[in-house]
Amino acid sequence: MFENLLVQGLSGLASASSLFLVASGLTVIFGVTRIVNFAHGSLYMMGAYLSWTLVTALPRGHLGFWGGVLVAALIVGVIGVLIEVLLLRRIYKAPELFQLLGTFGVVLIVQDVALMIWGPQDLLGPRAPGLRGAVEILGVRFPLYELFLIGVGPLVLGLLWLLFHRTRWGTTVRAATADREMVGALGVNQRMLFTTVFFLGSVLAGLGGALQLPRESVNLQMDLAIIAEAFVVVVIGGLGSLPGAFLAALLLGQLQAFGILIFPKITLVLAFLVMAVVLVVRPHGLLGRPPASAHAAHVVEPPYPPATPLVRYLGFAALALAVLVPPFMGEFALIVFTEIAIMVLFAASLHFIMGPGGMASFGHAAYFGLGAYGAALLAKHFAAPMELGLFAAPLMAGFAGVVFGWFCVRLSGVYAAMLTLAFAQIAWSTAFQWVEVTGGDNGILGVWPSAWAQPKLVYYYMALVLCVGVTLLLRRAIFAPFGYALRAGRDSPLRAEAIGMDGFRIRWVAFILAAIAAGIAGGSSPMPRAASSPPTWPFRAAWTRC
Amino acid sequence: MTIALPRRAALLGAAATLAAPAVHAQEGPIRIGEINSYSAQPAFLTPYRNAWMMAQDEVNAAGGINGRRIETVFRDDGGRPEDAVRHAGELVNNERVALLSGGFLSNVGLAVADFANQNRRLYVASEPLTDALVWARGNRFTFRLRPSTYMQCAMLVEEAAKLPARRWATVAPNYEYGQSAVRWFKELLTRAKPDVQFVAEQFPALGRIDAGATVQALAGANPEGIFNVTFGADLTNFVRQGSTRGLFERRSVVSLLTGEPEYLDPLGDEAPEGWIVTGYPWEELNTEGHTRFRENYRRRFNTHPRLGSVVAYDTVSAIVGMLRKSGGTETDAMINAMRGLTFPTAFGEAEVEFRAIDHQSTLGAYIGRTALRRGRGVMVDWRYADGRNYLPTDEVVRSLRPQG
Repeated sequence: MFENLLVQGLSGLASASSLFLVASGLTVIFGVTRIVNFAHGSLYMMGAYLSWTLVTALPRGHLGFWGGVLVAALIVGVIGVLIEVLLLRRIYKAPELFQLLGTFGVVLIVQDVALMIWGPQDLLGPRAPGLRGAVEILGVRFPLYELFLIGVGPLVLGLLWLLFHRTRWGTTVRAATADREMVGALGVNQRMLFTTVFFLGSVLAGLGGALQLPRESVNLQMDLAIIAEAFVVVVIGGLGSLPGAFLAALLLGQLQAFGILIFPKITLVLAFLVMAVVLVVRPHGLLGRPPASAHAAHVVEPPYPPATPLVRYLGFAALALAVLVPPFMGEFALIVFTEIAIMVLFAASLHFIMGPGGMASFGHAAYFGLGAYGAALLAKHFAAPMELGLFAAPLMAGFAGVVFGWFCVRLSGVYAAMLTLAFAQIAWSTAFQWVEVTGGDNGILGVWPSAWAQPKLVYYYMALVLCVGVTLLLRRAIFAPFGYALRAGRDSPLRAEAIGMDGFRIRWVAFILAAIAAGIAGGSSPMPRAASSPPTWPFRAAWTRC
Repeated sequence: MTIALPRRAALLGAAATLAAPAVHAQEGPIRIGEINSYSAQPAFLTPYRNAWMMAQDEVNAAGGINGRRIETVFRDDGGRPEDAVRHAGELVNNERVALLSGGFLSNVGLAVADFANQNRRLYVASEPLTDALVWARGNRFTFRLRPSTYMQCAMLVEEAAKLPARRWATVAPNYEYGQSAVRWFKELLTRAKPDVQFVAEQFPALGRIDAGATVQALAGANPEGIFNVTFGADLTNFVRQGSTRGLFERRSVVSLLTGEPEYLDPLGDEAPEGWIVTGYPWEELNTEGHTRFRENYRRRFNTHPRLGSVVAYDTVSAIVGMLRKSGGTETDAMINAMRGLTFPTAFGEAEVEFRAIDHQSTLGAYIGRTALRRGRGVMVDWRYADGRNYLPTDEVVRSLRPQG
């Protein structure tokens, strides 16, 4: 028994090392550039593919293998620099969600390029020379290569520590992590600094991928598989903190290794559960520090002006079109128009929380999904009519908004965004795993509108009234005193608190309102699509596409 | 909506539309709407689409169906049920297809089947393996070609019951396919051999297996037999860690789908030996029909067919046979033609029948052992397990499927 547990722990250490390599690059890049680099997983995948090509092409042996791995990591570094110069430089100042989308574009491009170059089939690389076999540890066999990996993690951590504490460049990077504006004011070339940091981060990602070669097959899914975990590690450890990333990687590796002994089915969500707990207890991660940017050049948006007459006319014209044209359209166009109406509301609710609310949400799709499930579950298990389902949708999403929001609105920036994501993942995997109630990944089928709403045109008008109506209510809320208070809290939290506004409560209510609106959008959607299944959750699909 | 653009879908769609002038008259071509996860599952579906085009060209070269050509409009669902349903609506309403086909993932198949039921259209599901498609959630409009999870489990249990192993462990991806495969395997094996014991089960998330820890957890329970349901990248990683750590030594392994070239080829010279698997021995299968199929495929695509190729070719054969029998594209006539339809399979084995009782075809699978030959994995000692022998009795089927 004991020897099994020991070896299980060693397996966890090996996974932790691989995870740390990727996460260290991500955290270094984030620390300096403050960019949420979704493409980091793609760099990892490129490292694996390139090293496969190099190692299989070069002569077998130590030089061929280790040389291939290192050269692959360096090439990935160059690719990273190209991405930084061509794309990221332009979006450093954009909101987090835009960075997420921009770098997600890179993910798609890299996937297609990899498919073109290496083909669809999984590739199995050769094993590492000299480390093919296994050793006996208390009578249990353990692969040599995994032992080697266990050593690589601390080694890289040590080298990075030396780099950051014993070189001038490293000192500048640490200074930039602590206070970017001050470093800029002192005359450090920020462009050069960002590009070199990106090179280092990319090399680490490439090395992480290349070192997986003897361990795992190289495939087109490995980018998205690693990125979610790497983000979790970075956030748990504290953004920008290398020792934190190391600690978090150890924690996650062990949790994974022992978790599957006790709960073999919840591996999917374990990491996110831990992240949620850590963020609730320590809002800046285990070893993270609150950003000390009191003097940061904060861009304050001008207040929203009321719509100009031109905008008003355009709005009415669009609405008139949406009302008058559909009777003359085909069935499929009606389905598309219905979806557009639903997406208008969903987008408006996301804008409500991110724009005036000033809170980045990566998990907003959860409320859409919960609304869809609320309506579909009621119909499935209690044979409730559609009308009741439409009523249940905002209730269910709103309830989740109350609970999740209470935790999320305490945090700010990327931490808040990651916590919303963690809650979304937890809700998603509940829907995914609670097969008896939710039908698991098969979803809930056979939910159709009531008889009167069966004709596609009638359903469209119903969705239009509901979605446009709620969208207008959200707009009303933005221009009401509540909306002004919300924006005051966003633009100048200290002054808002000083004049007696309860920032927490205002943001919490906004969070709940946005969740309810998203829930209404979700609740109107399962009917025409007839299938409410976990992958319906739009951002979830982007995260993993499973 | 989703940020992932249906990239290839647009291209495929455009290509198909260009190739086909929009003639919807009765005498125009018969159009099939084929929805599949082309971009999400390229390893299976690239050979699938190849063979589909080959079958379609052969039918059209031979004069089509009563003089009408057949034509396919391809759509990519990217592995997302809601996209599949949207495409289904577009295919039926805009492209005026006569019937729908395709589906790889079970949840996508079920979503399209539900759409077919609601919109009263014929849906010929080619690949999705879930039992629910023809049983618990079966409907009048849906037919399925591949042997289901239940059937393939029954084939493997037949062999597993002959083994001396009593202590079993299972490892399966954590979604419906993996869960129901494990459930059936346990149930059927316990029925065949009441003294078996299940000592461990692992459910890694699909595509995310932590292979080292999973292998160690299985080894820790010290089973005599292992039932494996993982495939693709999970399988590759599981095998590599398992062989290094000696998990498969002195243990019997029974494995679903591992004999399919899609999953066996990537393992190269590390393919496990002596596993009992279901699959497709494309190299040694020399029935007359299959030799012809294999050579035609090789001549056209310069590679050997995968199981996906057979699935696509048989799907087209079944649809063509059905259209010849129905004499038109009215949905009711097509459903009547599908029920009890017999058609030849690219395996070159006995004709396959679409059962009227549950709309499941009797296509079988090959069952054999894995071995290494010339540095890659192959199936040896294989035999064809005819699907009709691995289905429950009609009474049981009736109790499983909603009637009326």
